[in-house]
Amino acid sequence: MKLSIFRSSRGRGDALFHGAAVGAAALVLILMAGLFVDLVIGSRPSLEKFGLGFLWSAAWNPVTGNFGAASSIYGSLVSTLIALVIAIPLSLLIALFLVEIAHPRLARPVGGAIEILAAIPSIIYGMWGLFVFAPYLADHVQPALQAVFGKVPVARALFSGPPMGIGMLSAGLILALMVLPFTTALMRDVLQLVPRVLKEAAAGMGSTTWEIFRKVMAPYGSRGLVGAGFLGLSRALGETMAVTFVIGNDHRIAASLFASGNTIASTLANEFTEASNPLYLSALIELGLVLLVMTLLFQLAGHLWLGRLEKNTRGGR
Amino acid sequence: MKKMMPFVITALVLATTAWAGTMSISGAGATFPYPVYAKWANAYAAQTGVQLNYQSIGSGGGIAQIKAKTVDFGASDAPLTKDKLDAFGLVQWPQIMGGVVPVVNVRGIAPNQLKLTPTLLANIFLGKVTRWNDPAIAAANPGLKLPNKGITVVHRADGSGTTWIFTNYLDKISREWHRLVGTAKAVSWPTGVGGKGNEGVSAYVQRIRGSIGYVEFAYALQNRMTTVRLQNRDGRWVTATISSFQAAAANADWAHAPGFYLVLTDQPGEKSWPITGASFILVHTSQKNPAKARAVLSFFNWAFAHGDAMAKGLDYVPIPDNVVRMIKAMWARRIRAGGQSVWAK
Repeated sequence: MKLSIFRSSRGRGDALFHGAAVGAAALVLILMAGLFVDLVIGSRPSLEKFGLGFLWSAAWNPVTGNFGAASSIYGSLVSTLIALVIAIPLSLLIALFLVEIAHPRLARPVGGAIEILAAIPSIIYGMWGLFVFAPYLADHVQPALQAVFGKVPVARALFSGPPMGIGMLSAGLILALMVLPFTTALMRDVLQLVPRVLKEAAAGMGSTTWEIFRKVMAPYGSRGLVGAGFLGLSRALGETMAVTFVIGNDHRIAASLFASGNTIASTLANEFTEASNPLYLSALIELGLVLLVMTLLFQLAGHLWLGRLEKNTRGGR
Repeated sequence: MKKMMPFVITALVLATTAWAGTMSISGAGATFPYPVYAKWANAYAAQTGVQLNYQSIGSGGGIAQIKAKTVDFGASDAPLTKDKLDAFGLVQWPQIMGGVVPVVNVRGIAPNQLKLTPTLLANIFLGKVTRWNDPAIAAANPGLKLPNKGITVVHRADGSGTTWIFTNYLDKISREWHRLVGTAKAVSWPTGVGGKGNEGVSAYVQRIRGSIGYVEFAYALQNRMTTVRLQNRDGRWVTATISSFQAAAANADWAHAPGFYLVLTDQPGEKSWPITGASFILVHTSQKNPAKARAVLSFFNWAFAHGDAMAKGLDYVPIPDNVVRMIKAMWARRIRAGGQSVWAK
């Protein structure tokens, strides 16, 4: 008798837990779908007026009501690319150092410092970027880049124009700094999961630290490492305040990385409050929709890539 | 815990009655006048106990919120036209003024040394005059040593009333600006880089040698930026001061501006600063609660009477007395609750 009561109450608890878990998970899906539907409804005037041409039109004229997303999409992609090109190798090196090379007594404070970097609010990065980093970039880094690449055909175009310290390059560099703690922390955790036996076996066969990383740790943790990269990408793509401060906020596609540009997020941050005209507002909402779709596509691509990676490593084993 | 419940309930009841007992009025809108409205509200609450809650969410938001009646008044840096006011059942009046001042960062040029004609200013922001030693700039500034340096235009990146006033001026004085760019809170700029907020523009201008930007007068003053002299409609050279802004407002023809729709740029008068602007308050003509409506108007009435010194302290420009009289006459005439005028003073 007692046993059955115990069981039924256990069953009720289980059902409650089950329901709560399913509900919480469903909430994410419902929120996501609701967000998507809301963005589509909000951007209808703009969708109807500009159609698909919105995606590749570089126009942005609130006075005449002619809007296009090209410059914002371009800026989001380029600034994110710069950030990842710098942040991913760097965070991989830091993670390796923390896991394999550094003495635990050193690894702990360095790891802690990186976690503190992740906790700094993005507006602080933005202000630091504008008042400290940009002037330094303009006075020292940009002239040096121009001196080095001034005669190299393609690179010359990338680094042309007056060195102002603000623009696409500055935004990419600040983003790299902001992405770095996240990717580093994740990569460190991934590398720490590699079983000691595997590493010791490789070391026993005379592998160097580099070889252990290349042949043992990287394949073992490939999924996690790529995942860390994609998390960094999503973060860079959606980052708003810090970019707005240093990118120069110009609706223009320029070849030079020194020139000012804008991103989807920075355009929204700048223009949303005073967009009183319905078409203007809906064009901004459509920009938000574009960002959401872009993020989804990147996530999808990431999953496909991870799937293929897994197949390859399994086939290799 | 159970023992505490009665206390909690009593405390809650007391708190709500206390809250209901003091009158509070709410407004939302323009960010530009926020500091002075906040200062007035503080002083007014200390004197009368009436609380003012003002959310500086931007003029667009202010107009949307007053239309939706979620606030007692809205605030906008750009006036609404008479047609729009009538369509939404609103009235507006100018409450405080400010102005926009071009600022430069050119080696060897001190504040108020550089002189720019209207055409020059437009051509610089159109990207047609691109160097500081351009013959046209030299012609307006005999004796001033101008460097052979490129001009970098700095503008606002965010939508703002400051940009609205500035582009409205350029639109009035340059046919080409009118054709190519126009007037708006955010425009498609022919050239230059964009900073977020007055602080963004001022940081860029202070950062980039050879730059020219535009900021709120108060901002230029408090940051000791290099302002320039402009040529006004009467052809006189003027510097940006509280008196030159007030001259523009006093000389403006408010009496013949339906619904106080008047933009103070390019106004006549030999002392008038050409890029002056007012920030407007919006309320509904038909009010549900006469006591609330009176509380709102009393606050602004008090601000007109006692707020000038506070406004000047923050480098804002008070509305001239002749205009205040017209505003109060409009209140008495237009704002009603149940067919009765709310403002009888």
